[in-house]
Amino acid sequence: MNFIGENLFIGKLGHLLVIISWVASLIAAIAFFKASSRKQDAEKDSWLALARGSFLVQVLGIITVFGLIFYICQQHLYEYLYAYKHASKELEFRYLLACIWEGQEGSFLLWAIWHALIGVFFMARYKKQEWQAPVMTVISVAQFFLLMMLLGIYISDIKIGSSPFYLTRNELDAPIFNRPEYLEFIKDGMGLNVLLRNYWMVIHPPVLFLGFASTLIPYAFAYAGIRNRKFGEWVKPAIPWALFAACVLGVGIMMGGKWAYESLSFGGYWAWDPVENASLVPWLILVAGLHTMAVYQATGHSLRASYFFIILSLVFILYSTFLTRTGVLGDTSVHSFTEAGKAINLMIGSFVLAFTLPMLVMFVKHYKEIPAIHKEEESSSREFWMFIGSLVFFLTAMFIIAKTSVPVYNKVFGTSIAPPEDVEFSYNKVVVMVAIVVGLLTAIAQYMKYKHTPGKYLLKKIAFPTLVASLITGLLAIFYPITYYSKGAGFLGALYVALFASIYATVANAMYIWLVIKGNLKQAGASLTHAGFALMLTGMIISSGNKEVISSSLVNGITLPASGKDPMTKQTDNPLENLTLIRQVPTRMSNYEVTYLKDSAGHEKGRKFYKLQFDRKEKGSAGISESFVLQPDVYMMKDNNMSSNPDTKTYLNRDIFTYISYALKDKNVEDTSTFQVTEMHIGDTAFYGNGQFVLNKVVRNPRNQRFQYQEDDAALMADITFISRDSMRYHALPLVEVDSFGLHHVDDTVYAQNLFVRFTGISDDQKVRIGVRETDQMIDFVTVKAYVFPYIVLVWFGIILMAAGFIVSLIRRSGMRGWQGALLLAGVTIALLYMFLFAN
Amino acid sequence: MKKTHIIILIGIAALIGGLLMYSVDFSTYDSIDSAKKKEGKFVHIIAKLDLSQPIEYDPVKNPNFLAFHAIDSLGGKTKVVYYNSKPTDLEKSERIVMKGKMQKDHFECKDILLKCPSKYKDDKNQLEKNMQEQTTTEY
Repeated sequence: MNFIGENLFIGKLGHLLVIISWVASLIAAIAFFKASSRKQDAEKDSWLALARGSFLVQVLGIITVFGLIFYICQQHLYEYLYAYKHASKELEFRYLLACIWEGQEGSFLLWAIWHALIGVFFMARYKKQEWQAPVMTVISVAQFFLLMMLLGIYISDIKIGSSPFYLTRNELDAPIFNRPEYLEFIKDGMGLNVLLRNYWMVIHPPVLFLGFASTLIPYAFAYAGIRNRKFGEWVKPAIPWALFAACVLGVGIMMGGKWAYESLSFGGYWAWDPVENASLVPWLILVAGLHTMAVYQATGHSLRASYFFIILSLVFILYSTFLTRTGVLGDTSVHSFTEAGKAINLMIGSFVLAFTLPMLVMFVKHYKEIPAIHKEEESSSREFWMFIGSLVFFLTAMFIIAKTSVPVYNKVFGTSIAPPEDVEFSYNKVVVMVAIVVGLLTAIAQYMKYKHTPGKYLLKKIAFPTLVASLITGLLAIFYPITYYSKGAGFLGALYVALFASIYATVANAMYIWLVIKGNLKQAGASLTHAGFALMLTGMIISSGNKEVISSSLVNGITLPASGKDPMTKQTDNPLENLTLIRQVPTRMSNYEVTYLKDSAGHEKGRKFYKLQFDRKEKGSAGISESFVLQPDVYMMKDNNMSSNPDTKTYLNRDIFTYISYALKDKNVEDTSTFQVTEMHIGDTAFYGNGQFVLNKVVRNPRNQRFQYQEDDAALMADITFISRDSMRYHALPLVEVDSFGLHHVDDTVYAQNLFVRFTGISDDQKVRIGVRETDQMIDFVTVKAYVFPYIVLVWFGIILMAAGFIVSLIRRSGMRGWQGALLLAGVTIALLYMFLFAN
Repeated sequence: MKKTHIIILIGIAALIGGLLMYSVDFSTYDSIDSAKKKEGKFVHIIAKLDLSQPIEYDPVKNPNFLAFHAIDSLGGKTKVVYYNSKPTDLEKSERIVMKGKMQKDHFECKDILLKCPSKYKDDKNQLEKNMQEQTTTEY
């Protein structure tokens, strides 16, 4: 059949380019490998020329492929399944890129593009060096595997990869495809999943994938070290790459945390979700490797450990890809990644194995040849404690990944182990110990010297920071104690020790810059990074330890609490944490009086914002000391599901975090009841269904919160008090106005009593005509949940400081020119400050 | 023995200790019938919403009380009580993972994880259904 309106050329071109790039990456891998096994000669040069040429072909190929996918999504070419699945016409422009990496194929392509760009940079920078051929071999092999996922070809009956250029009519079964003009009927695509429509979806995946891609380079250097039999020399050029990878990956992970905090309603930035763990684990191992590499550079110790950690950091990047992409996590993750089908699973599996087994075999085989110093490090040496720190990081990573992999054991051994009752606590109780050890180590080891530290020197230097940190912790304990009582005194104690350790590490590392290196910022990379990391820990302990739920359904009696205790945990903390706000009825929430003012539609289809007015009223004083409006929103999806996005009021010392936990789906605005009009004088009382009301006064041209009239207007406002049978009082201010268009009513509502109130007019005998309409319709309300996160801003400052520290180290270790370094540092810091603290 | 080795051993012991700590409080995936046999123990149940029974939820009366019936693939049925607000897409869910404890006449659920068709965009059936709905109105 000839189909009308299809643009098939792009798909054919794209598919061809994927195949060409794939073949080119294979040729590049073989040629780089051949080149790396030869000494400097003419043959080596010809292999290198072939390899570089093929690699560049591959680079151009995949960049064009990316462009083509962008084009089919941007042009809404729904004959392509990828566009149909991920794009839609209502999608805002900024989400166009996001919808490309929403899909499995697009995200593999993104990863491959970072490899390609790093490869080009690498070839340019290490042109003449012996590292080029072996490192590029590894990058090319990685490209070979990544591009294989995009192939979408059949070899006999086996499907290899999944192409982003599949046609909708070939992939889906629907009667519509029997018609040649089927495209006319496909009005729109599915679009980007509304849960992902967030500004972080545009930024977080590229940063995280750049982190993944750059972790490959230290690994490739480790390979090159063995391959070239330069067992120790690879460390020096690999350190800047490891710093870069740790910086980017770390920032990428916390961007994910910020995203979760801003748009998911689980109330926090970290939930020990498998997908989060999967990227944290390689980062921890990479940081362990970074420290042992620094030790090796300074002392010659810990080379074997460096190999081990650097190899495993990439292995766990790939393993986490396996965990999150193959659907093996299934029911344990809120991030619903989908099962991509057996074919893709096998390929991801082979990708993992190809980068794990041969490298580990090489490492074990040459283990004895890797130089090691057999004299032991002194206990007073910095390198000894750095090694211990690395080991703690590594074992923590092992603990986290062992727990995260439970679904894998269940699959393999047929067991049915499920996560514990309190998943977060099962991690926190271990990680808090790690925080203590790591905090103390980063504080003290920083002041030690390599090889040997005289005890007096250490004591003299560390005394002042120790005093300051103890003072700060003591003051905090007295004036701002941690109130995390629900896990018992033991855990609270551990939290205090961890709080001290992290403050100690922050203070000690910050002071190190002045006390020891005398303000030489070029040398301060490690101290800045440590201070940032420790500041982040401090922020995490305070913000989670003193996180407080301020919405309580007990305040307005709308709920009927079963008992004062949590029926599940039998603890005293109250589970009735959802507060129902009836429209326009101010309700108490902690120090605030919250009023649900109205809802409004966003400019995206199906998005609804709920305007909540917060008035801060201190207990015992009548005035409002502060007012602000939060607008949490709810997304109505195409299939009538709802998704809730919180809104946050940020102060320097706390965040007020609010989201809608329940909202009415559609309100009936149609109403058949009519106004009952009563004529009354000022001061008269009249009755309505559920009580009585008093006309207090009539105001001419009112000027108040609601109305702003001028002297020469013609408006009358009635001031009425409704007193219900349960003697609750409500205020209503209906208004009538005469303007050039005639009579105009502004009705008021008493939602709590289901009333609409109208100033109908003035009767001939100067009585005021008040119309009251009682409805039996469902009143309008929303249910909200609100938290206070104290000092969460420290977490974001910490990660930015940490990133800046990594960059400072990177500048020094890579021998970058001064101005280049300054530019890079300023650029990264400003960008991160903007992203984490000001955007959104 | 070198002190590094000793510390590595201590570290590994701590790791195993940590994992053992974990294994004490891990839970299990159960069917409704097997959960009924361990009343009061924290378990995970994977089930479906029983559509033949009504969902009880009146947010004006109490936004933190939800009751519904669940049925699992082995045919076991139970009433479920959840002291929290109703997950917004409960009715649309294909599968529900419930965490909590079985009581005498109902399952007291602490946490609910929904698997909804909408999230499974890669699911071919869902795409086809969507395509059907979108295009059939035009015939």
